Amino acid sequence: MNRIFGRNETLVAVVIVLLSLVIGLLNPTFFTVGYAFDLLRSCIVMGIFAMGVLIVLVSGGIDVSFTAVGVFALYSTVKLMKVYAPDAPIWVAFISAGIIGLGLGLINGFLIAHFKLPTLIVTLGTLSMFHGFLLFAIGNRIIRDVPPAFTEFARSALVQIPLARGTANLHPAILITFGVAVVVHLLLNYTMLGRGIYAVGGAREAAERAGFNVTRIQYFIYGFVGLLSGIAGITFGALARQANPQDIVNDNLSVIAAVVLGGAQLTGGRGTVLGTILGVILVVIANSSLILIGVPPVWQRVVIGLIILVGTGLPAVQTRRARKRLASVSGS
Amino acid sequence: MRTLGKTHFMKVKPSFISLIGRLLFDSQTLRLLVIAVVLFVAFSVLLRDQFFSIRNLQSMAVQLPEFGILAFGIMLTMLTGGIDLSIVGAANLSAIAAALVLTRLAPAEGSGMPLTVVIPLAMLAALAVGSLCGLFNGFLVARIGITPILATLGTGSLYTGLSFVITGGPAMGTTQLAFIGNGTILGLPIPMIVLLAMIVVGSIMLNRTSFGFNVYMLGTNPKAAFYSGINATQVLLRTYWLAGVAAGIAGIIFLARTNSAKPDYGQSFILLSVLIAILGGVSASGGFGTISGMVLAILSIQFLSTGLNMLMLDWFPSSAAIFFRQFAWGGLLLLVMVLNYYVEQRRNRRVGGSE
Repeated sequence: MNRIFGRNETLVAVVIVLLSLVIGLLNPTFFTVGYAFDLLRSCIVMGIFAMGVLIVLVSGGIDVSFTAVGVFALYSTVKLMKVYAPDAPIWVAFISAGIIGLGLGLINGFLIAHFKLPTLIVTLGTLSMFHGFLLFAIGNRIIRDVPPAFTEFARSALVQIPLARGTANLHPAILITFGVAVVVHLLLNYTMLGRGIYAVGGAREAAERAGFNVTRIQYFIYGFVGLLSGIAGITFGALARQANPQDIVNDNLSVIAAVVLGGAQLTGGRGTVLGTILGVILVVIANSSLILIGVPPVWQRVVIGLIILVGTGLPAVQTRRARKRLASVSGS
Repeated sequence: MRTLGKTHFMKVKPSFISLIGRLLFDSQTLRLLVIAVVLFVAFSVLLRDQFFSIRNLQSMAVQLPEFGILAFGIMLTMLTGGIDLSIVGAANLSAIAAALVLTRLAPAEGSGMPLTVVIPLAMLAALAVGSLCGLFNGFLVARIGITPILATLGTGSLYTGLSFVITGGPAMGTTQLAFIGNGTILGLPIPMIVLLAMIVVGSIMLNRTSFGFNVYMLGTNPKAAFYSGINATQVLLRTYWLAGVAAGIAGIIFLARTNSAKPDYGQSFILLSVLIAILGGVSASGGFGTISGMVLAILSIQFLSTGLNMLMLDWFPSSAAIFFRQFAWGGLLLLVMVLNYYVEQRRNRRVGGSE
């Protein structure tokens, strides 16, 4: 089994390299430091979201509400800060957004764990509820004059490389994504909770019999996804220096595409952090660089759709073949 | 489970109130009928002539087929234990195909081919595109074996994306189908007649054919279905194809009603269709659900939508009313599922207690 995972990840890596070569040869801009940093900056928010989605898919569920949670946490945090703490440092915003996200995630968790409701339909409902509530009760106008801490945060740089014109900045928020990835990796692979998440995804009943508290695990999963989504939302807003209640809500498909591409399947029990990171990189390249080789942006949704289908189709065909091979072996 | 519950009528104490209570809990359809009637009466009393008028009834009859048809498509896929999240994308792509035929072959009044040829051609194009979309979904789910959620999430993005590629973004306008959108036969709006026809065909198909039986069987117990020799691949392929056909029909109605084909029209219809299916008694894990339940659910949702809209306009500015509706639909979906959970638990307890 581990070999199949390995192959899946190497396949994505090979595709990334090939795609980069093609784009870079057709348009040398792709290989500049400035562009690479831009790509990494685009990976920051999607990477954080993707880690949450990875955990959900590993557990055999799906969450389509996470982007709504993200924008909810972002917008309400900005609104709260403007009223109560306009001069607070940026970490206050992160904590506030994280708490709001955690709360919304726990609503998902409550509905899913307590009532044993199907994850897709619950999160379809909460997606509409959270976003609708944000728009009619909290606000539907773009906030452009964000607290000064946001502006300061957006300008900071981890690495600065002087270029012919201006400088290429690598934003320190990439460390957040990196940190989240490490935490999720450790969680999934080296903790009992992580093993429980894989177990629930592989076979819920078996996990229960093995002594895992599935209800508690599900509360954790959806709460944690909410927390990560809140952090991803505030990171997005801090980088963009504005809070737009219509932003990122419709990006949930791209994130799911990235995670699926990284090897996680809805059937649960599979998926790794490394694969997910590779998936995010590939989707970001596809989203932002196809335009460099003359593919108009209207093709973006088509590309995302195809990525989901290829990402889910290839493993499905593989399982089918493996099953057939197994059947023929046991038959002979 | 549901038939088991009915055997308990024999044990019912002859108290009228408890009888009503049990009827409401046991019969999904009766419960829905009560909900639909209560909503209708409540809004008629609250809003008087604004709600209970020929004009409003007619405008509701024009609005409801749009999502009603889609809800039937989603219902069919949900009965097998799957779902079709691409149905709105497929409907819009079908509408765009029809609009393409209309605008290319009969660009303006009097030029190009005669309308008597072009209009059937356009409808055919929409149905063909819907069918193809459905068949592709069926192929992915039944042959390749991708989970329906992810397969149709992917194709939904694909179909919507293709619509954007074809139109380049903006809507394609054409008024040549307006006679369908605005027309009536014997006082009934034509879209309503289309929906009624679908209800008849749908109930015959689900209740009187082996295909219908297989669909329920596959949803209730896939393993038993497999061992009783049901060709799951075939049934699934046909289910998703039919959902695609429903999308094609809905596409024609979209175009006829709005006089334009838009790549991202009807974004809320997925949620609304799932809500109707769940409210109509379709189990999220497949198997249960009836056409009569669906019809009552569609009516309830339309009453609620129109009634809330009229109330909202008095309370909020119009933009907030849309957002409130978005919130309300999501909340209602969750509420219905939680209530179903309690009904199911109560039923199980009673069935368990008798054994």
